[in-house]
Amino acid sequence: MSDLFTADERARFDAGLSELLSHYPADRKRAAMLPVLRLVQSLKGWIPPEAMKLVAEKLETTPERVQEVATFYVMFHTQKPGKYVIDVCTNLSCSLRGAEGMLAYLERRLGTKAGTNGDKYFLRETECLASCGTAPCLQVNEDHHENLDKAKLDKLLETLT
Amino acid sequence: MNVEKVVTRNWGKPGQNTLQGYKQGGGYAQLKKALELTPDAVVAEVKKSNLRGRGGAGFPTGLKWSFVPKDNPKPKYLAINADESEPGTAKDRFILENDPHSLLEGIGIACWALGAHTCYIYARGEFKYPSAVLDKAIAEAYRDGIFGKKLMGKDGFALDVYQVRGAGAYICGEETALLESLEGKKGWPRLKPPFPAVVGLFGCPTVVNNVETIASLPPIFEKGAEWFAKLGAEKSGGTRLVTLSGAVKRPGTYEVAMHTSIKDLIFDAEYGQGLPNGRKVKAVIPGGSSAPVLTADEIDVKLEFDAFKPLQSMAGSGGVIVLDDSTCAVRSLWRVARFYAEESCGQCTPCREGQPWMARLLRKIEEGRGETKDLETLMGVAKSIAPWPPIGLGNTICALGDAGALPVQSFVQKFKSEFEQHIAQHRCPYGDKPWGHYGDFA
Ligand SMILES: Cc1cc2nc3c(=O)[nH]c(=O)nc-3n(C[C@H](O)[C@H](O)[C@H](O)COP(=O)(O)O)c2cc1C
Ligand code: SF4
Ligand code: FES
Repeated sequence: MSDLFTADERARFDAGLSELLSHYPADRKRAAMLPVLRLVQSLKGWIPPEAMKLVAEKLETTPERVQEVATFYVMFHTQKPGKYVIDVCTNLSCSLRGAEGMLAYLERRLGTKAGTNGDKYFLRETECLASCGTAPCLQVNEDHHENLDKAKLDKLLETLT
Repeated sequence: MNVEKVVTRNWGKPGQNTLQGYKQGGGYAQLKKALELTPDAVVAEVKKSNLRGRGGAGFPTGLKWSFVPKDNPKPKYLAINADESEPGTAKDRFILENDPHSLLEGIGIACWALGAHTCYIYARGEFKYPSAVLDKAIAEAYRDGIFGKKLMGKDGFALDVYQVRGAGAYICGEETALLESLEGKKGWPRLKPPFPAVVGLFGCPTVVNNVETIASLPPIFEKGAEWFAKLGAEKSGGTRLVTLSGAVKRPGTYEVAMHTSIKDLIFDAEYGQGLPNGRKVKAVIPGGSSAPVLTADEIDVKLEFDAFKPLQSMAGSGGVIVLDDSTCAVRSLWRVARFYAEESCGQCTPCREGQPWMARLLRKIEEGRGETKDLETLMGVAKSIAPWPPIGLGNTICALGDAGALPVQSFVQKFKSEFEQHIAQHRCPYGDKPWGHYGDFA
């Protein structure tokens, strides 16, 4: 467990953890699970198995409980994702405004298939992102882009180096 | 249409999303006013306003609050539902982005009324920007002494407000799944009763309210419950936010009157401005993708909560999705069904097995591989999850079951010939994939 975090990461984890625990009743440490997993992911880019053990210990629960949560929520990466995680909404409102075509275009441009994790890109279909009135939309590493057309998308892709 | 703006009244004003800007417009004066009333008087005022929940069910807010037991010695909690994940719905995020303090002021009012000293705002994990704006606003409110040991300086009444971010699970918008998630678990809905107002977060009485519901409180206390009730229609007070998407010239999020009809929303110059390229309305999903679909002859219906009952549909979360006459009903439904299949939490058998089964059947039909018996199977599966009509007969722990089953039954009933055509012709009569005329990603 010692090499999970660098010294700096460890300091940030400890500080974040004590802040988060202060948001809940003292006997309800486990409640901090989602925020703490988010914290781990912000430090490491994903949630490695050693981190689950650490989180379990800090939140006074079992690694199984932590894993159950980490795998239930799609935003938690239990495998190391590519450099750019691209989540394309293909739900109805977005599909009506061209999202299917946008996804096919991205597959061509990035040379990958939706659902496959690569070193550089992890292109995924995702569900409604609350941009239905500003469709189509996608997120790159959680940054949100909406009202997309080909020109805007091309520009965005240029920034993904 | 000249609708008096309530929730959006200050959107776009410079600095509105900062404490200073909010206070310049009279912000937090209503919390101050509410704190001079007794908690019971605040609840009575909210009841009188006919405010109804904007999260989907349209439940009267004051009534929900009054279910919190007075004699329970346990702490009470307020949980704000900012999970906004019902497909077609994009409104709460704009409250967080444009006017976060209106939510926070509303939280102060609600917590005073409920005797709650802790509020958790559960925001969907994908809300990176809205959540950042909200975090800043919460920090400002603490710094200004609004939250903390003394709510707005009120001796003996502490209030802590925390934002918790979800991590990508639609089901966590369901109020008991939200509570499970807040307790650090996977989002498995709880059996009801007991309802959260009695046994909620950490086993304590908890009110769960939508962002828009709570952001409506400051204007109610500013202009009075009677004003708010009168602004509405029938038993639905105020105005409401709707998201118009799909086949319209001007999609977007609009504040409309309760008596605005879906037809007006689609065609009015202030809103949708009609359909592009001379297309015609084929169908409208009126309240988020779980709401039973309406045909073009059924859209002269008010957006008020009770108006949808005769149509066996619902106003839901205000997500109005317009399908035009060039859009395939089967493919549209398949998109919807896929979502509920993906998002079923897996806890009850009819939903866990049934939703993916329906999605598979729909895909099969859409791709021209359907057989006549598939349509019967599809309807049988849907009915076994939640028969329709009417709404509300579901056989599952939570209403996600219904949410997936209602669209299937309503689409098949209202557009049956289209499903049959797919099966008879062994192909989608609308051809052409990928889909959507409005994109240009060739
Ligand atoms: C499957 C499902 C998903 C839901 N998603 C949301 C949501 O994203 N946001 C929301 O406010 N309510 C959602 N609800 C409704 C909540 O359960 C709850 O009724 C609502 O938050 C209560 O707030 P209100 O009375 O202010 O409307 C959902 C319900 C179900 C069954
Ligand atoms: S109805 Fe579906 S989502 Fe709801 S508890 Fe059952 S399996 Fe889970
Ligand atoms: S359908 Fe894509 S954001 Fe809602």
